[in-house]
Formats: sequence, C-alpha cells, structure tokens
Amino acid sequence: MADQENNKKGQIWAFIITGVLILISLLYYKANVYYIYLVVYIWFGFAYGLMLQYGRFCFASASRDLFAAGVPRMAVGILVALIFFSTIQATLASTNMSTFHPAPIGIQVLISGIIFGVGMVLAGGCASGSLYKIGEGNGTSILAILGISFGQAIFVDLGGVFNSFVPESWKVSSAAKGLPPDKVTSWFDYYLTGYVWDKASVQLSHTKAIANAFPGALKYFIGDSLLNALIPAVLLIIIIYAFYTRKGFLKKRSKAKGGATGFGDEVSGVWNMLTASKRTTIMGILIGITAGLHIYVMKGMQLKFGVNNFGQLLTRMGHTADVSIRGTVFDPGYWYITSQEAQFGGWVLQKFGWNMRDNVFFGVNNGLPELWRNPALWMSIGIILGAMVMSLMNKEFKFKMPKGELIAWGLLGGTLMGMGSRPALGCNIGAFFIRVAGGDPGGWLFGLGMVTGAFVGVKFFNWWSERKMAKEMEAF
Amino acid sequence: MAMKFEKTGEGKFMLDVCGYVCPHPQIYCKKSLEKMAEGDVLEMVFDNPSSAETIVQMLDQAGHELLEKKHEGGKIIFRIQKA
Repeated sequence: MADQENNKKGQIWAFIITGVLILISLLYYKANVYYIYLVVYIWFGFAYGLMLQYGRFCFASASRDLFAAGVPRMAVGILVALIFFSTIQATLASTNMSTFHPAPIGIQVLISGIIFGVGMVLAGGCASGSLYKIGEGNGTSILAILGISFGQAIFVDLGGVFNSFVPESWKVSSAAKGLPPDKVTSWFDYYLTGYVWDKASVQLSHTKAIANAFPGALKYFIGDSLLNALIPAVLLIIIIYAFYTRKGFLKKRSKAKGGATGFGDEVSGVWNMLTASKRTTIMGILIGITAGLHIYVMKGMQLKFGVNNFGQLLTRMGHTADVSIRGTVFDPGYWYITSQEAQFGGWVLQKFGWNMRDNVFFGVNNGLPELWRNPALWMSIGIILGAMVMSLMNKEFKFKMPKGELIAWGLLGGTLMGMGSRPALGCNIGAFFIRVAGGDPGGWLFGLGMVTGAFVGVKFFNWWSERKMAKEMEAF
Repeated sequence: MAMKFEKTGEGKFMLDVCGYVCPHPQIYCKKSLEKMAEGDVLEMVFDNPSSAETIVQMLDQAGHELLEKKHEGGKIIFRIQKA
C-alpha cells in the first residue's frame, strides 16, 4: 500500500517537472523568439536524460565494468551508438548541415584522457553519467559535477607562480596570435594559444588522400564514418567478444548441442553479447540517432536566425556582458558536457569577486553568460531533469546523501575529470564520442586514454575493496 | 558509511551496500561470491539502479543463479546462488 502511494507520488512529480519545463520553454519564447535556440538545447538535454537513465548509459561503466566485472554491456552500447551516430553525422556533413568541427591532435589528448579516465572511475560516472545519476538522486554525482565545474574554472584561470612553468616557446607563439594581453594571463592561456592552437586538426574527409579518392559526398561516408567510426567499432565489438564472452558462450552452446561449435555459433555469440542488455543496446541506437538529429536541428536554428553562435543572438537582445570579446558564448551545436559546467563554476566564482573574464577560455572563447541565458548549461539541466522523470516513473528515484569515502571519491574524481577534459577540449562526449563519429581520429586517442585511466582506477578500487572485505571477514 | 558482509547461517551470506554508487556494488558482489562456496546463497541489498544492470549480466556470464529480485522502498534485493 505504502509502495503504491510512493509510486503515485513519483509519477505526479514526473508530471510536475515536465510541466515546469514546458512552462519555462513558453516563458522563454514569450520573452524573445531567439530563445527558441536555447529551448532546443533544453529538450534535447531532456531526451538525453531520459535515455541515459533508462539505458544506464555511462561511459565510465564501459571500460570499468569490463575490467572490474567482465561485463561488456556498456562498451557494446557505446559502440552501437557510435555506429548510428556516425552514419547520421556523415549524412549531415554531406548536405552541409553539420555543426561538427575537429579538434587539435597531440599527446595532450592522450594524457588528458588518462586523467579523465581515472577521475570517472573514482567519481562513479563519466561527465554525462554523473548528470543522469544526479537525476536518480545520487548525491555523490552532485559532488562529482561540482568537482568538474570548479576544477575546470580554477584550472583555466591559474596564473602567477603557475606561469613560471610555461615554456618560452608557448609564450612566443601565444604573443604572435595578437590577442589582447589582458586576456592572456593564465598558464592555460599560454598552453591553449601557444601550444594547442599550433597543433593540426584532422578530419578524415578533409585529408587529401580521402578527398581525392572519394570526391563529393562519398568522402564523408567513407572517411569520417566507415574508416574512422564503423570499422573500428565493429573490430572492437569482435575483440570484446573474443576476450570477454566467447569462451563462456561457446561452452554453454557446446553443452546444449552436445557437440562442437562452428562459425554460426560465433555469430550467435556476438549477437547474444549485443542483446544481453537490451535496454542499453536499444538506448545506444536511440542516443546515436538523437545526437545526429540534435546536430541537424541546431544547424537549422543557426540558418533560420543567420548566426553561427548563440552569442550573436544574445548581442542582438542587448546582453553584451554575457559574451566574449569575439561576441560568442559556449555553443557547441551538439551534445557536449563539460564546458558549460566550467561556465557554471566560473559564474559562481565571478559573483564572489574572482575575475574570471581575464583569460582566453572565458574572455575570448566562451563568454560568461548569466546561468539562465547559458544554452549548453540548460542542456545539462535538461539531462538531470529528464533522468529524474524517468527514474521517478520507474520507481528508481532515491536521494542518497554522499557519506564517508564517497565524498572524497566524488570530489576527487570530479576534479580529475575537470582537469582532464580542459586540456583535451572535451570529455567522454565532446572529446571522444562526437569526435570519433565526426571523422576526427583524435577522439580515439582520448578514448585510449580514458580506457587506460579506467584500468588504473579499477586496480585501485579492487585493492581498496579487498581490504574492506578482509576486515569484514575477520568476524566469520 | 560502511559496507556489511556477514555470514547469516550455514551457506548463507548477506551483503549490504546501500548508499554505495558505481562501481562499488558490482565489485563487492563479485568479491563476495569469490569468498563463498558453490551452492551458497548471497542476499544482496543495494540502492544504485545502474549497478543492477551490470550485476545481472555478470551473474549470467559466470553461471550464478539469480533466485529472486525485488524492490523495497528504493532498495533492490537480489538473492544469488553461487554456481
């Protein structure tokens, strides 16, 4: 009876949250039609939140559960999402309807991925996973997101003694960029403008070899999708099958058949692995399609208003203090997580008197809009609320106050994720998922780093939990 | 906050990891089963829904039997027999 009462309450709350979001969307529309751009982010965020929670879709889980429990469900889910997303992304690129842009490749991407990977295991979720877990009532994830937010904001603004470690070559190269000196003040500014900006960005469809071999639209399908995403994704699925589920599956098959197994059984084994967690795989397909649709709608909005960044619309509405000196705010044009959280951290610190606009990250590139005018931040809020609605509807919402060791893991993991995502210019979504699907091989470099970092994190947790188990078993 | 792993009877064990988030419930579940003998039964109580999906697949792959699963006020209870 009490359970039924709670279920009903949960459903009522799910309707209230959805209703409030609809009301907020209408209010924005009434205030100015330009805010439709921001409203689109809210609802795509909401859709991601619904799907992430239902599919238990967390990038941390992909490598962590593989190493810790031998379970491939999430690794498979991500690869399936990648296959669908990259195909749609290639279609959009071939029709000039893509907002994707590659990022500079270098060793910094791998190192950042490792730091991020350790962080996501400690925090119990990746950047997007932590958001959906907040929606489930997970207090540790709130700490992780606070770690990501403030970790990044402080990381990009540290100057003073940290600048003494900056190589002279970065300073020389940075000075040649002609940026206002009062905006180049932190170590990260020199790193970004004097090192990262000098690195090449690669998108396979734009390389000479691919563009010459496959002229026209084909270069996007062959270069960006097939070569950079589909073939590696299929190979990884086969490798994961071979190392993690093949032996057990064939043993069961052989027992059931009472004889030897053949190629058909191997195909069944791969299919069995793909469908072992239906909710994760189905959500992988839907997330892949939604991420593609998101790009299409954002590009449509940009064409409709004749802009390529929401900062231009904020300027038209008179909110000039929100934007950077370039007239821009952070507006990725697709699914992205960490930069908007950095803006949240920066916004709070700015309110406490810390000058956050005297650096390239906020002052030149991303601006520091008021929270309620920050489009990508609304996407993050949408993810939290979408996940909350889904968990309330499925009776899975429960607020869990972080206690004991989890406080340390959440904050430390979040801060490491923040520190890992900034130098790579993105997280598990922006630096891995989107880049790989868009034809940027640098995404795989970040992915390799994430997996390596996750391996280290799992080793640590294995050691930690073994100690605790031994203590418990003393009483037996 | 502490996890609890107790022997509750002959061949019976209890693991309580309520409050713990990923990856702790799945790691503690795996380690608990490693400490038990074939045929022993583990009652596992946790409240992190994301862990459930992984644990179910982990049990299936290892051949352990999920005898019962139920929800009680935000908590998830699994009864698992070790293979």
